[in-house]
Amino acid sequence: MKVLLSGNEAIARGFYEAGGKFAAAYPGTPSTEILENMGQYEEIESQWSPNEKVALEIVAGAGLGGIRSLAAMKHVGLNVAADPLFSLSYQGVNAGVVVISADDPSMHSSQNEQDNRWLAKASKIPMLEPSDSCEAKEFVGHALSISEQFDTPVLIRMTTRINHSYSIVELKERKEVSQKPYERKVQKNVLVPVNAKKRRVVVEQRLQETEDYSNTTPLNFIEWGDKNLGIITSGVSYQYAREVFPKASILKLGFTFPLPKKKIKEFANAVQSLYIIEELDPFLEEQIAALGISCVGKEKIPRIGELNPEIIAQAFGVGKKSNTPTLPKELTLPPRPPVLCPGCSHRGIYYVFKKLKLTVPGDIGCYSLGALPPLESMETLLCMGAGFSYAYGMEKALSATHKGKIIGVLGDSTFFHSGIPPLLDIVYNQGKTKLCVLDNNITAMTGHQEHPGTGHSIHGKPSPKIDIEGLCKAIGINRVIVVDPYNIEETTEAIKKEMALDEPSVIIARGPCIIRERIKFNAPYVVDTKACIKCGMCHRVGCPAIEKDEDGKSHINPLLCIGCDVCRQVCKPGAIQKPNKKQ
Amino acid sequence: MNTIKNRVKQGKTVNLFLSGVGGQGVIIASNIITEVAMHAGFDVKKSEVHGMSQRGGSVTSQVRFGKKVFSPLIKKGSVDVLLAFEQLESIRFIENLKPEGAVIFNDLQIIPLTVYSMNIKYPNNIEELCKKITPHVFSVNATKAAEDLGNIRITNTIMLGTLSTFLEFDKELWEQVISERVPSKTIDLNKEAFAIGRSLVT
Repeated sequence: MKVLLSGNEAIARGFYEAGGKFAAAYPGTPSTEILENMGQYEEIESQWSPNEKVALEIVAGAGLGGIRSLAAMKHVGLNVAADPLFSLSYQGVNAGVVVISADDPSMHSSQNEQDNRWLAKASKIPMLEPSDSCEAKEFVGHALSISEQFDTPVLIRMTTRINHSYSIVELKERKEVSQKPYERKVQKNVLVPVNAKKRRVVVEQRLQETEDYSNTTPLNFIEWGDKNLGIITSGVSYQYAREVFPKASILKLGFTFPLPKKKIKEFANAVQSLYIIEELDPFLEEQIAALGISCVGKEKIPRIGELNPEIIAQAFGVGKKSNTPTLPKELTLPPRPPVLCPGCSHRGIYYVFKKLKLTVPGDIGCYSLGALPPLESMETLLCMGAGFSYAYGMEKALSATHKGKIIGVLGDSTFFHSGIPPLLDIVYNQGKTKLCVLDNNITAMTGHQEHPGTGHSIHGKPSPKIDIEGLCKAIGINRVIVVDPYNIEETTEAIKKEMALDEPSVIIARGPCIIRERIKFNAPYVVDTKACIKCGMCHRVGCPAIEKDEDGKSHINPLLCIGCDVCRQVCKPGAIQKPNKKQ
Repeated sequence: MNTIKNRVKQGKTVNLFLSGVGGQGVIIASNIITEVAMHAGFDVKKSEVHGMSQRGGSVTSQVRFGKKVFSPLIKKGSVDVLLAFEQLESIRFIENLKPEGAVIFNDLQIIPLTVYSMNIKYPNNIEELCKKITPHVFSVNATKAAEDLGNIRITNTIMLGTLSTFLEFDKELWEQVISERVPSKTIDLNKEAFAIGRSLVT
């Protein structure tokens, strides 16, 4: 049967068809839907893990135990999981272990644009790069077989445009793979130096063996066309190259580490000029140039951002430029960036932080939007967990000028991901740091995934709910308080009090994710236009439901307002009212 | 738009670009188009960037179908039809149209916060601006029609109805795919909405 699948759906399907039995992940765009889609296959046990390192370790353990296993993550997630990955390369596997890295060229939803193909090379493990959903599905099965044949974890490197594009896929039946027996193999699996030194040699031998495989596998194939123009490409860049150069000869690489050096040399010898078309870093190009082959790549093609057919056509001066008329140059359109939803529980707390002029190191989640105007409160975003660590680090440097003025912020899912070790550090080293958990009881930004604090498993079934207050107290934080971020006055007073204390404090701002729980607190609020003095205070909370009418007076869009009450509390002349109090 | 129907007949790739505001159902609409094109026997690719669950951001989806489709992204200046669920989101992407391409926009304004926070005016002459790019501009009042049907969330099905008159797929095929994709309680409502969408342009 033929169906349309996204790259992420295809990975889940491919794992199912290839007899996969266990999968784990921490959500992260653009990889999240891989695990979300595993849930539909009863034969696969799937779970959200608190972070990518844990996910990969559990998956490696399951593979060692003898069942085909898969871990999925976004590119920066693989940094978190790099520790187990690099040494798993030495240990090898028992049943197949596949790691999916979803890179995000153009940083649609990420803090950096790293090219994780380097991580396959650095950890010396084989890598596959699918170029559409059909390949994504098939490559999972290939990766598991390669993993078992060469006793190595295998990386499947995808990019946003593969993860989130849909194409037609032919479904197949599941092929059951029986569990491999577990054997105690201390010399292989206990990486103390004496064993690791021997494994180091095995890893190098494996590189040679997998390179031989790369030269012969049908995953790397040549489409012969005009031999004046040869292109070597991989991943989604193949699709763009095909679109722009329909007649060229193309060496399409699906197995991109180790590279098929022999095949590349043969191809290069057969074509007149050779282009390397790849997104982000010159990963293929540097290695091909190192073979002494003359080729053109990053000299013409940008290193930054996603490619598309237009960029490639322009880079090589081929194809027609668009001759569509253009809009008047003087026209500036108001941008429409993502904003905190009307009624979002994060709005009130940021309003309070700004009012109290606090310095707010932050973190990654919907609440990162608290850095943008008009809330403009959060002022750092580095990586998961750094919201807490930065607060402590800044406190070390700024105690003279910022005493009682720094508060580190992160979300509930981020707290479980990597917020706990910084807390240990603060308690152990006697910091006085003030910290805030924005707890909406879900991993919100990636589309509402469960986590250890939600009380539900990936399948939505009840599971033990880990208590943030209890955990903080057990670590040794004496001051753990919960505030209602919809109550501005109470929240302001509570935060003021905590900021003045000479000991660490965790403030949990607890409110629901209103779009997940489809909450409407009250009927839409209204503005008494007679009372509105156009002071603009209500616009400072940055709610999309608050508009301005032609006179410059505030107006609440009844289609968007869910009656959260925050704007009413900041309206000094009392013009914003609950509808039943309308005069 | 007979030219698009001809392209479909000739097996040439047709490029559709959908735009709107988060929460308007742009992605669901593009899923339905993609499914219809596949059932009609075409190779199809669809691309979008999602991951931010917040409401209110700009959302786009690109759909391509034809005999064989390589790139999931549409080259600038080669969109056949731009289907915009909101006025501003039509001109934001209109330069992607091919010359003589068509734009269908929902006659609805959703004011972005940046109008206040950055003091940039929301243009009030959308139709006029569209006409600077192409003569084929179709304004439809889909949100109003959805309100009349008693469910504003049905706007996207009405927009699909309008789009369907530009493409040569059977009405029954559209209805079948829509019925499979919407909550079963709303199938009849969606069929009605689709029919209304088809009647909004002539």
